[in-house]
Amino acid sequence: MDLVRAFLVGGAICLVGQLLMDVFKMTAPYAMTALVVSGAVLDGLGWYDPLIDFAGAGATVPITSFGNALFHGALQELERYGWIGIITGMFEVTSAGISAAIIFSFLAALVFRPKG
Amino acid sequence: MQLMGRQSWLFDRRPVILATGTVVGPFEGQGPLAADFDHVHDELSIGQDSWEKAERALFEEAAQLAAKKAGIAMDQVRFLVGGDLMNQIISSTFAARTLAVPFIGVFGACSTSMLSLATAAMLVDAGGAPYAMAVTCSHNATAEKQFRYPTEYGSQKPPTAQFTVTGAGAALLGRSGSGPVITAATIGKIVDFGVKDPFNMGAAMAPAAVDTILAHMNDLNRSPDDYDLIVTGDLSKVGHRLALELFAREGFPIDKTVYSDCGMMIYDYEKQNVQAGASGCACSAVVTYGHLLNRMKKGELKRILVVATGALLSTISYQQGESIPCIAHAVAIESGVN
Amino acid sequence: MAQNRKKPPGKKPPGRGVSLSPEEYRTLAKQAEPKRNAFANAVRAFLVGGLICVIGQLVQTVYIEWFGFEKKEAGNPTVATMILLSVLLTGFGVYDKIAQWAGAGTAVPVTGFANSMASAAIEHRSEGFVLGVGGKMFKVAGPVIVFGTVAAFLVAIVYMMFHPELIKGGK
Repeated sequence: MDLVRAFLVGGAICLVGQLLMDVFKMTAPYAMTALVVSGAVLDGLGWYDPLIDFAGAGATVPITSFGNALFHGALQELERYGWIGIITGMFEVTSAGISAAIIFSFLAALVFRPKG
Repeated sequence: MQLMGRQSWLFDRRPVILATGTVVGPFEGQGPLAADFDHVHDELSIGQDSWEKAERALFEEAAQLAAKKAGIAMDQVRFLVGGDLMNQIISSTFAARTLAVPFIGVFGACSTSMLSLATAAMLVDAGGAPYAMAVTCSHNATAEKQFRYPTEYGSQKPPTAQFTVTGAGAALLGRSGSGPVITAATIGKIVDFGVKDPFNMGAAMAPAAVDTILAHMNDLNRSPDDYDLIVTGDLSKVGHRLALELFAREGFPIDKTVYSDCGMMIYDYEKQNVQAGASGCACSAVVTYGHLLNRMKKGELKRILVVATGALLSTISYQQGESIPCIAHAVAIESGVN
Repeated sequence: MAQNRKKPPGKKPPGRGVSLSPEEYRTLAKQAEPKRNAFANAVRAFLVGGLICVIGQLVQTVYIEWFGFEKKEAGNPTVATMILLSVLLTGFGVYDKIAQWAGAGTAVPVTGFANSMASAAIEHRSEGFVLGVGGKMFKVAGPVIVFGTVAAFLVAIVYMMFHPELIKGGK
């Protein structure tokens, strides 16, 4: 059941991305930016966490969850330390993703050649 | 040579294309014209350790092949006219360093083939050089890397997009000898109809092609049936269709001849995923110098007009919201003895 | 040699240039654009995107069941694993082939983000590790990080204005 929900929600978010590219003629960087901003906004409204509870990886794997995680981190620190927390908390939750992307990309550049 | 009309030249000395050199990458080797090219490489890297080095290797090889086939030494070539898509045309400049020939660098984006050929023809016809060579090249990976995305990036290309040809074409011109002759050329002016989409170059370039063709006919008082074939460089499916539309609206009888496009000839649309067709400086160069001149040698074509088209944008101009200015240069080639 | 023939009398010769106005031409160009098969693309994006999320869900379950992560913490190694898989597929030259077919299905998941960074790093190795790999790694991914951060910041400011009791902190 988890898998079905992950499939449906994840697929739906990707479908939105595809519509942004085909119907609104956005190139990929613009569409991804729009989605990540949406993730932050949705979490600000309190709607993204329930989506994660419902769909699991269907909500955490798409890039929208990155925006969600950034806001989440800011919120956590805001609650704990006050207004300064907005700045200090943002990358707490997303650290795994960004660190992994940087480190693995660097290692890939050591090992792989572009194939064209 | 004579100035004709506003922007054309008539070459009464009729410079001869003594020999050509055409080299392409593996993908082009899978297309329908593979047998017309001198050398098909089996690796996109052309045995080099960067895409940029690969592109200049293609340029060098094409130039050397042309000289060898004509039986003249490279140091007899007085001037090399060349260009490519790279910033500062480094593929041409670095190759010209190896070839050690006085170098006239030109930038016409994908119109470079005919721009360089017209310039070289002018040099030879005016008595400025006994031998001059026109060369251009392009490479799919260098173009993607500079203009679009890293080559391994997963982007989905729209159906209007074109595939940059990996290859190089060189033409060696001389005052006399046997071979196809260049009889006239029309230098285009920059035409910009406000198209902004760099994934739809065909639409951006079509007006420039039509503008130059009309100017050519006007300047030289010719009409389409003076040619067996009029071919544009790389308008591909979308641009070709728009050009036909524009000809119709101008009342221009393009149907009196065969009108084709190099970008639609070099790849197999069924088997090769190239969206609208081919583009790149090498597209018009290898199709003209390889395939079309072969047909001319076999007697299938007697008089052709090759109109190479180029989109003169940069990544910065595009990101700053500018439209795409385009240009087209035409060269008339005839079979014949000089 | 081509005859410089006169045009037939009575027929208005074509002018020197294209007589259409740029606006008229652009309208024409829009009509001539081959239509993207938006429906087929959407279906493919849905299927591949959904599939990647299912894989993510399975990976997460593995981390919870076999490695003993709590549900809350399992997200981190899951994302790292998905990123690793994407980087490998990018390195093997496979990711871009799948992406032409799948479109947003491969671009939207975090795998797309990883691919954008890995592909830039791999491509620009020819410019050296510092300026090439280091300097150009965020070429495509940069906007996502910048706008994600700025958006989260602005949303947090707005949130804080609706919950002024948080300004002092200490919850």
